[in-house]
Amino acid sequence: MEKTDAAIIKLENVTKSFGEGEKKIVVLDDFNAEMERGKITCIIGGSGSGKSTVLRHLIGAYQPDSGKIWIDGENIVGMNVKEMNAVRKKFGILFQTGALFNSMTVEENVALPLKEHTKVPIETIRIMVAIKLEMVGLRGSGHLKPAQLSGGMLKRIALARAIALDPKIVFYDEPSAGLDPISIGVIDKLMKDLSSKMGITSVVVTHELPSALRIADKIIMLFKGKIIFSGTPEEIKTSDDERVRQFVNGLPDGPIPFSKTQKDYGEELKEMSYY
Amino acid sequence: MSIEFNFEEGANGVATLIIRGDMDMNSSPEVREKLTGMFEKNQKAIIIDLSAVPYIDSSGIATLVEGLQWSHSSKNKFFLAGMTAGVKDVFEIARLLPVFDTFDTPAEALAGCSPQGPA
Amino acid sequence: MFGYIGRKGFKSKSALEDFFREISGLYYLTRSTLYCTFIEPLRGKPNKWGPVWIQMDEVGVKSSTIVFLVAFLIGVILAFQSAYQMAQMGALEFVGALVGVSVTRELGPLMTAIVMAGRVGASFTAEMGTMKVSDEILALQTMALDPVKFLITPRFLAILIMLPCLTVMADAMGVFGGYLVGVNILGISSTSYIDNSLDAMQLKDFITGLIKSGVFAVIIVMVGSYQAFIIEGGAERVGQNTRTSVVISMILIIFADLLFTAVFYYFT
Repeated sequence: MEKTDAAIIKLENVTKSFGEGEKKIVVLDDFNAEMERGKITCIIGGSGSGKSTVLRHLIGAYQPDSGKIWIDGENIVGMNVKEMNAVRKKFGILFQTGALFNSMTVEENVALPLKEHTKVPIETIRIMVAIKLEMVGLRGSGHLKPAQLSGGMLKRIALARAIALDPKIVFYDEPSAGLDPISIGVIDKLMKDLSSKMGITSVVVTHELPSALRIADKIIMLFKGKIIFSGTPEEIKTSDDERVRQFVNGLPDGPIPFSKTQKDYGEELKEMSYY
Repeated sequence: MSIEFNFEEGANGVATLIIRGDMDMNSSPEVREKLTGMFEKNQKAIIIDLSAVPYIDSSGIATLVEGLQWSHSSKNKFFLAGMTAGVKDVFEIARLLPVFDTFDTPAEALAGCSPQGPA
Repeated sequence: MFGYIGRKGFKSKSALEDFFREISGLYYLTRSTLYCTFIEPLRGKPNKWGPVWIQMDEVGVKSSTIVFLVAFLIGVILAFQSAYQMAQMGALEFVGALVGVSVTRELGPLMTAIVMAGRVGASFTAEMGTMKVSDEILALQTMALDPVKFLITPRFLAILIMLPCLTVMADAMGVFGGYLVGVNILGISSTSYIDNSLDAMQLKDFITGLIKSGVFAVIIVMVGSYQAFIIEGGAERVGQNTRTSVVISMILIIFADLLFTAVFYYFT
């Protein structure tokens, strides 16, 4: 077993494509990356850069076409459900939409992984849920249903559920997308606290650079399934790669095209003619 | 790592529980059992010595909160002593540090049991 | 696994290929549901009955009114319809026998199942499909919880228990409807109607009706769940698959009924 101490998560030569034949799209091409233990790694990039695909590989939702994915010393590629479930107990995930169970109250949502995976008595679980809710600043909302919550509250409750089992690793899928500045602040601070005080490894997939610059220990920037930058927040600000500069400065024109189409604009319009 | 307990019953109904090992999801139910046993004996004060606990997770903290609940309903004292830095961090992130009565060493906690003067 | 089934949906080339993939997908989901529901409890992972009770209320109790109404009306219609034919043959008093046999053997189980496919099968697909779209099913999987055990098993048990129960009551309502028409409108005497009915109706018919309803229950819950689990993409697919789920359930129910009837015809 290749157990490296610094890197808790490691992707080796991961390749993934969707579709067949002419429609085949290679999303990740020979992808290599490492995420360090106890650190916050932000994966940034524009839409369609493959960052969500990387996350879905890490949580075992996608199987790569080839390559290896190491999580805490185990290669999760090709694992059966039972083995994968053992690995899954080590990590929590904050989904972009929260993915709380609508039929359950907030308290039941947060308590669910505890009830299912531990032998902790229910009285203790109730206290644990109260502690987690306080950590995300929403104590006293345990009786509510997810439908009664605002977007920011949903995300925070979902985070409380993600850390219910005190995981070693937490994956965040667009944690600050669509939130108000205060909720973003709460989540950012919590992410930092979790990694600095509890040694939790965080992997954050986001397209919001300001948030990434605030919290990240390491930033990985993707473009078309390739890493074009990997380094600290300070380094990305001074990077001289044009694609990175375009992203950092938020410019519409540059090497990352504003328009997705490859065809010439004028040509395409001319071809649309019926004459 | 399994968990071990040392139980010392001192004078004036003050009991000290020394916990050795990680307090996590696996061991917390055991700690709870031990604690509820102590609650039933109706001690005047319970001191939990955490100096040999390298790691605590939220289930461990929640178990200790139950001690707090006991002390509240029975008007007895429940003290924590000798937290390591790592354990203290976990209490802090759970925002529970101000809620508990904490002491640096068990001896200080013992002294704190009799605020009216030496026993 | 479900993502795999769903993604393959976009690669289809022919309708036949599509059809066989759907059938095999349905088969695998049914197999793992049966395993989760009946084998795993024997291996130390007992089913939780709390969610089953909730589903039994949803599936059974809340469907009872509509099922009763439909069954009652079927009994009434059947009595009127057969009275016309029977009167021509001078056998009006056998209306009770005809209604009783048709309802217990065929129409009770079939109509109950069709009503439930529309009511319950559709809501299964809509509920779980919404969960699939909003990543809740993925969340379950990543929490190391089996969506089959967590979502399908309670529904499976609930409908497997409740559909036969509803069928029994639908049988009773249908027979009662026929009786009301026979006695009050057609002028058959109450004793003669009851005697003729009891002579014709056999316990065997009633029991085959119950067995059928058990099979229909499995069809409804498995088609409903499968159509939910293969959803990939947006919310509009939930609507589409809900419709597909009801249509496929109804077709399969009628085919299964045909199969049963044919088998009973040849072997009894």
